[in-house]
Amino acid sequence: MKCKSARWYRVLPAGAACLMLSGCTREQFLVFNPAGPVGKIEMHLVILSMVLIGIVVVPVMLILWYIVHRFRDRPNNRAPYRPEWSENRTLEFIWWGIPIIIIGILAVNTVRDTFRLTRPPEPAGKPLTIHVTSLDWKWLFEYPDQKIATVNYCYIPTGRPIQFVLTADAPMNSFWVPQLGGQEYTMPGMAMRLWLQADKPGTYFGSGANFTGRGYAHMKFDVIATSDPEFSQWAAKVRQTAPALTRSGYTQLVKQSVVGRMSFSSFPPGLFQEIIMREGGMYMKHDISVLDNKA
Amino acid sequence: MPDDTLNVSHFLVTGDPLIYGADVSIVVVSIAIVAVLTYYRKWGWLWREWLTTVDHKKIGIMYMIAALLMLFRGGVDALLMRTQLAFPNMRFLKAEHYNQIFTTHGTIMILFMAMPFIFAMMNIAIPLMIGARDVAFPYLNAISFWMFFFGAMLFNLSFVIGGSPDAGWTSYPPLAESEFNLGPGENYYLLALQISGIGSIATGINFFVTILKMRAPGMTLMRMPLFCWAVLATSVLIIFAFPVLTVALALLLIDRIAGAHFFTMLGGGNPMMYINMFWIWGHPEVYIVVLPAFGIFSEVVATFSGKRIFGYASMVASLMAIAVISYFTWLHHFFTMGAGPGVNSFFALSTMIIAIPTGVKIFNWLATMYNGRVRVTVPMKWALGFIPNFAVGGATGVMLSVAPADYQYHNSYFLIAHFHQTLIGGVVFGMLAGMYYWWPKMFGFLLEERYANWGFWWFNIGFYVCFIPQYLLGFMGMTRRIYTYPTGMGWSTLNLISTIGAFMMGLGFLFIAAGIVYSIFYGERDTTGDPWNGRTLEWSLPSPAPHYNFARIPVVTSRDAWWTMKEERKQGVLPPGRDELRPIHMPKNSGRPFILSLSFFVAGFGLVFHWYILTVIGFAAVAACLLLRSFDYDTDSYIPVDEIKKTEASYGRS
Amino acid sequence: MSVMQGSLFNHPPSRVGGERVEHADHPDPNLWIFGFWIFLASDLVLFASLFATYAVLHTHIANGPSARQIFDVTGFTAETLFLLTSSFTCGLATWSMRRGQQGWLKAWLVVTLIFGLLFIGFEVDEFATNSMKGYGMSTSAFLSAFYTLVGTHGCHVSLGICWMVAILIQVFRLGITEVTARKVFVVSLYWHFLDVVWVFIFTVVYLTGVMG
Repeated sequence: MKCKSARWYRVLPAGAACLMLSGCTREQFLVFNPAGPVGKIEMHLVILSMVLIGIVVVPVMLILWYIVHRFRDRPNNRAPYRPEWSENRTLEFIWWGIPIIIIGILAVNTVRDTFRLTRPPEPAGKPLTIHVTSLDWKWLFEYPDQKIATVNYCYIPTGRPIQFVLTADAPMNSFWVPQLGGQEYTMPGMAMRLWLQADKPGTYFGSGANFTGRGYAHMKFDVIATSDPEFSQWAAKVRQTAPALTRSGYTQLVKQSVVGRMSFSSFPPGLFQEIIMREGGMYMKHDISVLDNKA
Repeated sequence: MPDDTLNVSHFLVTGDPLIYGADVSIVVVSIAIVAVLTYYRKWGWLWREWLTTVDHKKIGIMYMIAALLMLFRGGVDALLMRTQLAFPNMRFLKAEHYNQIFTTHGTIMILFMAMPFIFAMMNIAIPLMIGARDVAFPYLNAISFWMFFFGAMLFNLSFVIGGSPDAGWTSYPPLAESEFNLGPGENYYLLALQISGIGSIATGINFFVTILKMRAPGMTLMRMPLFCWAVLATSVLIIFAFPVLTVALALLLIDRIAGAHFFTMLGGGNPMMYINMFWIWGHPEVYIVVLPAFGIFSEVVATFSGKRIFGYASMVASLMAIAVISYFTWLHHFFTMGAGPGVNSFFALSTMIIAIPTGVKIFNWLATMYNGRVRVTVPMKWALGFIPNFAVGGATGVMLSVAPADYQYHNSYFLIAHFHQTLIGGVVFGMLAGMYYWWPKMFGFLLEERYANWGFWWFNIGFYVCFIPQYLLGFMGMTRRIYTYPTGMGWSTLNLISTIGAFMMGLGFLFIAAGIVYSIFYGERDTTGDPWNGRTLEWSLPSPAPHYNFARIPVVTSRDAWWTMKEERKQGVLPPGRDELRPIHMPKNSGRPFILSLSFFVAGFGLVFHWYILTVIGFAAVAACLLLRSFDYDTDSYIPVDEIKKTEASYGRS
Repeated sequence: MSVMQGSLFNHPPSRVGGERVEHADHPDPNLWIFGFWIFLASDLVLFASLFATYAVLHTHIANGPSARQIFDVTGFTAETLFLLTSSFTCGLATWSMRRGQQGWLKAWLVVTLIFGLLFIGFEVDEFATNSMKGYGMSTSAFLSAFYTLVGTHGCHVSLGICWMVAILIQVFRLGITEVTARKVFVVSLYWHFLDVVWVFIFTVVYLTGVMG
């Protein structure tokens, strides 16, 4: 009975996994459905690391099953019993060695891509900068070149590297658009740079990933990727039709609330830099270099 | 300074059926306890035998009971959360409640469940394993326990008085600053952790000295059982990691109470400081709780394979390597905070490297069973369940350490699944294995197998059903700590399955608890003192061990000392002529640790609500306790030979 | 260190009624001293964390004063002299104790206490003067870090003073016994430790502050 149940619990997770996958489509696994080069690099790392750890995990499961089966304490078990056997240099050499090699391979890939992702994705079109501020509980996007601003959604042109410069005027959050690439924190007083790029048009799910209180669960936004001309048309339309974001309007926006999408034809110049400097940016050389890089 | 104009409706949390339920159950349980104690006239017994004890075995038992109760409370929190997440747009809990519940769940499980559980196992087993009569500082040990206990009480009190903390168990500022978090909940968190943290540091020092200085003659370091090595490593981690948490929490408290600017948004504060300090403690903390579990698995696997542990030197080396490297990995908790690629690479590599000694340990456990005779008893089941579980948990940890990929896992359900797999699969499985293993040594009877098996299977299978879907949810973009989610993301089915798994685990826990109750009445007595055919010195004693542990301090000649003694006896080698019994010097019981910790509790409660008079009274009482101890010269006594002989005879020994 | 311990604490095993006794919890007083060293290691980590915080925040002066504006050279030099001297007299106290000179032991402990109190007095005065000028804990991150680091050390010293008074009373009552000797030794360790921490505060906080 015991033996049967031992097998039972090994089969179960696999069965459960199949059951679960049947209810979901591949597109819904956002991390495995990247829409740009950054997401692709990260997905390849995910897959590589899965394969590498599989080399250890799968044999461990099989060996465990085999050993418990073979050396089970039952009458007439004829497997050898050597209670003093406790040293074997060769074996130990093998299982110190294998993890070291695996970790070595993974380490090389990790370091290479860690450095790669701090630069704009290649092949590079003309970069576009978007200033992102996380507020309680909404996302403000400012386009310094287009001089427009949006809340809880943003448009980006496809095929161009987007430099998101992130900060917060509220408790720390995290800016995450899984299909474009991994997240980065938005922090008060810090200007953080995140390069992303969309290669195909579409609407991509984004959300705040770091807990900020009561309205946090509703901090979702959409990133809408369109062709470059369509992006320019959209920006022009916003500039002409939307109201302006004034300083008092911003003060209202900062107050804790959950809102829908908003668009603004302009925003107070220098607002982004001002918030960052006031909340500690003045002590950070890093911030100044990020902000200057743009200018 | 935050204004504290409190009225009753703020003080007692009102307006929620959940809270009223808790209020009622707390009152009912308290009345029941008082009634039972009074009816059976057990107040004196409770005070003399338990509240004032300095006996490591009793302190260990109290830690264990507290840990099981907190496992229940944290588990109920988990079930409430999983119920809320079972379906999209569910309206079971409001955001405020959900936030409080995940905060208390995390805090309780790490600090008030995992920590006391490892302290329980350390207290119960370590002195017996190294052939000592108590820990190095028994009085301090009692203080440690009561500090933990009253810290935990203070934390749990927040649920009905003032409101629970709701900034997450990590309590990151500025969210946890008074600017965004006015309520007393956050103060409760800070003070409760501070009070129990003092106890933890004391325990670390105590066991470090005990293991290094109190071993029986002949027990060299390399003859110690692996559990002792694991606890030694854990003690070192506690000693050097906990003060950092103390500082982080203290600074946040000063921010909140005195209006300082350590981690505020304005005034030059730097919240990243807190995050760094929190994890400089937080990462070693993970190993503080998991290393003793590794130690327990080493004992259990060797005992139930009837075989020496394989690769002892390797096991020791890997424990120490893990302990040292764990100080250099803290930044992997926030790769996404945007440190430079060089820094991220360093911490990614250090994190991966820690997987190597961990992997080696798993292979060594497998090799220990190889060529052995595997008896699949209840403790061994938890150990066998642990291996595949932790293999997957550790492996996903390696995946998380790949810094660029971590940008996709961070704060997602992938991360949640990973750390639950290591903390449940590692720590909880380990502590339950230890509980079933040492139970007869604690109480003199074995835990019944049938209930225990049901408990194991429900809990183990429930675990996979609960957490495997969460890995997938992470890949689907679901972030942690959201109290609700929309339809159309494909998250619904997986969340429902996960909830079902959580309830399966809850059922498993009920079976375990029922098994304990059943065994108290019908459990098989352990008359031999060695029910498992053990290998280490604790099994040479009768069960439960007499309060002086060893009538004669054993002389150790090899690793697995008790096993060797038994083998020699079988081969007819007579034990060397035994010494005469001598009077044994033992510390006296004292009520002061209890009162001292209670005073800390009073002072802490005063600070929570800015009632500074109460705080001053509390600290004055603390000072009085310390001074009284300094002037107390009547702290220990001798057990005369006659009494020892009588006690030994009652166990059928001489 | 080991020399001091060895000469002070190598007692023959204690006896009860002429019979050798096995101890349960403390085979010898060195166990306490060893434990206390470990505690000091832990306490050192606590101070290291506070120093790290100060190092990060000491330029974050917001709208408040800078270090150079508030540090008073005479004040902190005096504090330093008092504490260093007290550490020296504390050393003399243990030295007298090892030679069995009870009178000198008491005298040096009293001198140590006086210097300790002077140190605390000056520090309280420094804090009070600055607060009176409106430079408090909540003025800036720099001042938060400054008050907390220096104040934590001050609390340690105050605690040390109370503790030393308690032990002095016991020495007056019981003279030099195995137990009181151990206690004097442990409190002196603590006192020297605080001296070492002060040397770091003096250089990292005050000297760097007035020069920077």
